[in-house]
Amino acid sequence: MDVEQIKKDFPILENRKIAYLDNGATTQKPTEVIRALEEYYEKNNANPHRGAYTLSIEATELYENTRTKIAKFINAKHREEIIFSKNATESLNLLAYSYGMNNLKQDDEIVISIMEHHSNLVPWQKVAKTTGSKLNYMYINDKFELSDEEIEKKITDKTKIVGITHVSNVLGTINNVKKIIQYAHKKGAIVIVDAAQSIPHMKIDVQDLDADFLVFSGHKMLAPLGIGVLYGKKELLNKMTPFLMGGDMIEYVYEQETTFAELPNKFEAGTQNVEGVIGLGAAIDYIQNIGYDKIQELEKEVVSYAKKELSKLNFLTLYLTPNEENHSSVISFNINGVHPHDVASILDSVGVCVRSGNHCAQPLMRFLGIDSTCRASFYFYNTKDDVDRLVSGLNKAYEMFKKYINI
Amino acid sequence: MEDLNSVYNDLIMEHSMNSYNKRNLENADFSEIGHNPNCGDEITLEVKLNGDKIEDMAFSGHGCAISQASTSIMIDTLRGKTIEEAKEIIKTFIEMIKRETTDEEELKKLEDAIAFRNVANMPARVKCALLAWHTMEDMLNKKANNGKGNIDCCH
Repeated sequence: MDVEQIKKDFPILENRKIAYLDNGATTQKPTEVIRALEEYYEKNNANPHRGAYTLSIEATELYENTRTKIAKFINAKHREEIIFSKNATESLNLLAYSYGMNNLKQDDEIVISIMEHHSNLVPWQKVAKTTGSKLNYMYINDKFELSDEEIEKKITDKTKIVGITHVSNVLGTINNVKKIIQYAHKKGAIVIVDAAQSIPHMKIDVQDLDADFLVFSGHKMLAPLGIGVLYGKKELLNKMTPFLMGGDMIEYVYEQETTFAELPNKFEAGTQNVEGVIGLGAAIDYIQNIGYDKIQELEKEVVSYAKKELSKLNFLTLYLTPNEENHSSVISFNINGVHPHDVASILDSVGVCVRSGNHCAQPLMRFLGIDSTCRASFYFYNTKDDVDRLVSGLNKAYEMFKKYINI
Repeated sequence: MEDLNSVYNDLIMEHSMNSYNKRNLENADFSEIGHNPNCGDEITLEVKLNGDKIEDMAFSGHGCAISQASTSIMIDTLRGKTIEEAKEIIKTFIEMIKRETTDEEELKKLEDAIAFRNVANMPARVKCALLAWHTMEDMLNKKANNGKGNIDCCH
């Protein structure tokens, strides 16, 4: 199975003839996922957990079977440890409100890294302000990595929550979350792993990591937009209060009092995104069909080629670790003296899609002393031809700007 | 591609990279910060008034070529105009970018700022071109009314 064959599974890549290099923002969808949604609406659609009729029971089964599938996919011990949400952002907000607000007090510490996405940063600012706890940062070294010393300096006996991204959405740095979790547990803190940028590319085993909580979004791993997952250890989720209130998350409702449903329903108020769940199930089938080994082999080939070709452009600054084994599939760069937004517009004019801006990581940008970057983020369906188009677009941008550049 | 080349032309490139308007004003009467949180562009506009006339303007900050050039060319266009004239020009510029007016006579008053007309065909860049103009509009509408000078006179 080569990349040209795989590319045929993604209709949009055939239809638009683009070099799609914004997979860190969202991935394209294979035919299998698109068909799964069609089939659901053509054959199975009803509101799960509600009706006493066959169709609703079928919809419930599809929904709940996918929960089981996801539990196996990330090796969760119990299926009810999988909570469906809108996306990683909602999962993190749930944790901030249902765990953070209730478990932190004055002088406790929350520790996150400087490379967190705003979604794993702003909610903790809110928790810190409300509870009187402190929000501390682990900073990166000149290799764009977190050193062991930094981790051990910042996670202290006062630390109650550590929030860490598995892979940086800007730098592509892979953090050693297993080590961070081990150290944090020694200090008595729980750890929340943001796997939004890692799970599309690598096998996640929550028991092996011993993660207390782990979140991800479906749409960055071939599934539809609007479906996300929160994994949490059962004993922790059981102790937490619900986040959103409403239908299906209750047991008894009286005029003034309510008792809540058991896991996982306790955290799934209102009619859920069944279509998204079905699509996520189909995406997981697709990923497992290809296999993470193959995905990594294909990505390694294209990302190594991209690094090699981009390094040849002497007008470019790259923001990535030199340690290949600690780098995922994201490459941030700037044409020296040219704003990334202008670069992205010129790349767009030759059919190359990259992200430009601060990537929802303003504190990281400030730490790096820059305003923004261009970001090419790869997935296994990207080809060397996509890289060549990127490089040729960058040369073109440089040609357009070079006589005006004033560095 | 055609839109791209017409937007990234000499005039715009020169203003974006080496603007003589990028400096600090001594004794500015008003200043206003404009920010585009999506891309991080941030500019500070400074204005010195003489009666109801814009005697001088300058800007500082950072952003893409389109936002920087648009700021600089706006300053050239508005310098020496009355507050009321400036408001009219800003309105016309915003209408041009949003494709709400194509009246050539109307557009003439934009002077060099007409160079941005094809940004109307680049939806991803509309915000960049409008940042300075919206910031100036805000300054004239809000702060100027409460500050010194007699600029509320012209309503």
